[in-house]
Amino acid sequence: MSRLVPFFGFLLLVALFGFGIWWNTRHDQREVPSPLINKPAPAYALPKLDDPAQTVTREAMLGKPYLINVFASWCVACGEEHPVLMSEGQRIGVPLVGYNYKDEPDEAKAWLERHGNPYGLVIADREGRTAIDFGVYGAPETFLVDAKGVIRYKRIGPLTPAVIERELKPAIAALRKEAP
Amino acid sequence: MTPELGQLALILALLLALAQGVLPLLGAWRGNGALMAVARPAAAGQAVFVALAFGVLSWAFLHFDFSVRYVADNSNLALPWYYRLAAVWGAHEGSLLLWIFILNLWTVALAALSHKLPDVFVARVLGVLGLIAVGFIAFILFTSNPFERLLPMPPDGGDLNPVLQDPGMTFHPPVLYMGYVGFSVAFAFSIAALLGGELEQAWVRWARPWTNVAWGFLSAGIVAGSWWAYAELGWGGWWFWDPVENASFMPWLVGAALIHAQAVTEKRGALRAWTILLSIFAFSLSLLGTFLVRSGVLTSVHAFASDPKRGLFILCFLAVVVGGSLLLYALRAPKVAGGKPFGVVSRETAILIGNLMLTVAAAMVLLGTLFPLLGDALNLGKISVGPPYFGFLFTLLMIPIVLLLPFGPYLRWGEKGGLPPLKNVAVRAGIAALACAIAAAFTTGWALKAIAGTAAAVWCCVGTLLYVLKRWREMPAGRRYPAEMAGMLLAHFGVGVFLAGVLLTEALSVERDVRMAPGQVQTIGGYDFRFDGVHVADGPNWQGDQGTVTVMRNGREIAVMHPQKRTYTRGQVQTESAIDAGVTRDLYVALGEPMDRNDPEGAWALRLYHKPFVRWIWAGGLLMMLGGFFSAADKRFRLRREAEQKVAAAAQESHA
Repeated sequence: MSRLVPFFGFLLLVALFGFGIWWNTRHDQREVPSPLINKPAPAYALPKLDDPAQTVTREAMLGKPYLINVFASWCVACGEEHPVLMSEGQRIGVPLVGYNYKDEPDEAKAWLERHGNPYGLVIADREGRTAIDFGVYGAPETFLVDAKGVIRYKRIGPLTPAVIERELKPAIAALRKEAP
Repeated sequence: MTPELGQLALILALLLALAQGVLPLLGAWRGNGALMAVARPAAAGQAVFVALAFGVLSWAFLHFDFSVRYVADNSNLALPWYYRLAAVWGAHEGSLLLWIFILNLWTVALAALSHKLPDVFVARVLGVLGLIAVGFIAFILFTSNPFERLLPMPPDGGDLNPVLQDPGMTFHPPVLYMGYVGFSVAFAFSIAALLGGELEQAWVRWARPWTNVAWGFLSAGIVAGSWWAYAELGWGGWWFWDPVENASFMPWLVGAALIHAQAVTEKRGALRAWTILLSIFAFSLSLLGTFLVRSGVLTSVHAFASDPKRGLFILCFLAVVVGGSLLLYALRAPKVAGGKPFGVVSRETAILIGNLMLTVAAAMVLLGTLFPLLGDALNLGKISVGPPYFGFLFTLLMIPIVLLLPFGPYLRWGEKGGLPPLKNVAVRAGIAALACAIAAAFTTGWALKAIAGTAAAVWCCVGTLLYVLKRWREMPAGRRYPAEMAGMLLAHFGVGVFLAGVLLTEALSVERDVRMAPGQVQTIGGYDFRFDGVHVADGPNWQGDQGTVTVMRNGREIAVMHPQKRTYTRGQVQTESAIDAGVTRDLYVALGEPMDRNDPEGAWALRLYHKPFVRWIWAGGLLMMLGGFFSAADKRFRLRREAEQKVAAAAQESHA
């Protein structure tokens, strides 16, 4: 009887593969929904870029919604996104928090000086450890966090005026409606 | 007209494969010599026609026959001839044609070299290989025809995937397939043994050189793939635990187990059922790899076209071949646990432990690879497991193997022999490993992986060298290292070299993403990288930006490196990293993007790596490959066969 074990194990495998083929005819594998949407943002404690002695934590940011924008001085798409943040940043209606990702502090500061600083606050994750918790896999990425510290929206890739109009603003408007 | 000839040749090859698959098996069952004799000519004929089809497709590529859809999709007028030739196996249809062509090479080699084996056995082996060929040729003809026409004919074609336009990638698929497909021989041997109800384990000795050669090729193919990913993908990584990589790694692990299990079965007569099962597994995992890569069931960085119809076809084929052979195994595997008894401290016990670890590791990799699929099936959401899972479990499973490895050659078969030499080896290799680990601790600043890597590598290498020394002293010249033993020692030494490469690279690599303006200097790992700007450099079918990075150490110039960013004719962008290779370190520079698109003369994003000992990874893999080839060349496998034949002939005569 034990000699049939490999055979039955293999049957299970075939069933799984059959399922896989069937599933793929119905689903697009490329869409990976962020598992963090509608989940509390991961706990973080990161130093401020301009004053590393001060630490910003998730708890300290509770109370009002804000937007986290992941950027780096070495990231080219961030450079493309930057003018959009400079012009639209004030009009979005929530504070903009810069998340400096895997960057040298000096280079990040120089970069912000050169291109302008749209952020009310910049936190630095030099090693990119906390970014793993956020599921960041490249810059730029943007997270909308609500007053209770829950991630409500995520954008992978640069924000463009069209994306802000079509996706980000409705998401912020939805937050407003919930608030009393 | 010629493409139709290719298709016709494939149809004829299918018919011959049917003849090769059915008639000899019938003949072996019925004891009909005439039917059995069909096997060899049918195999040769099939090979001729598949080679013809392969030649026709190559011809179409070389002569820009864009009326063939496959040619139009994968080449264009600007593509150099060597890449047009490599484009034959650059996409789905052609790579299957290569698969079947290589199966034919193995089959013909087997047909030519098996004259000393019993006819019935050869008929069964070639029959099984014929049936496998039927499945694959039918797959090509019915779902993936490379000769399909495209009318009207376009004036120019598409392009070969730029990541494949690299010398490493040209050789990677054929060599890898030599390995994958080579396991079909060991598979066919064990199926033939099951069918014939062979009570003796003589077939295992005949199968051994074939398995070793296949495993050697598979090692080389994986090394080539890893090297290519390192040089071409621009991340400087050498292994990603990607589904497609795992697909080649699982048969390799099982193959390594099989090589050792075959030795036990041959020498001791034990583990017979296990050896058969492993032969089935090794080839099944090769087929499974083909399925995973070709069906698109799993996403992967290797973006191959996926088509549910193709997936379904391979799945059915897989079900028949693997399901059928496992059922056959269940019904006919040797019922008695035969063979001589195991000694507690003996070579077979050590091999058994190694086998256990290797197969569990293969199962672990399979589970991890299929996890996203399981997540969908059990409605757990999108899940995937990555390097942390694989890396941790794999390391854990390999620890016993590394610990046992130096003792392998000293251990004797069975219960005879004692312990004394083991203690000597353990003490000497242990002291060497400890000393080097302490040295590593001080030079690397207590990097844990570097210490572990040094210790493990020295343990394996010194242990192996001690045995080399012992043979040198104790045996007369000429009889010191028979090929089989030399192969084993080479491969075991390779494991040590590989370990050093992996762990030292992981521990000591420095990787930096930086923005650099011309003239700026970055210091990494004691090397000063000066960015000297970017200028335009064009190739036959691409336009590119080429950066210049001068590397200096203590003010002395070490290398001038030229990373490129190419834009191919069809718009695909490809990074060509520049690598300054060395025995103890690689310097690696990849060009990112210009910080300002309108100013390519200005600052760029660059990726700078200092990778110590990374080359040892592939050197270790190549030593393992050599080990496989060497041991297959052992005279013992040939001489014994003749002796066998004499005995068999005598037995037949006495029957008659």
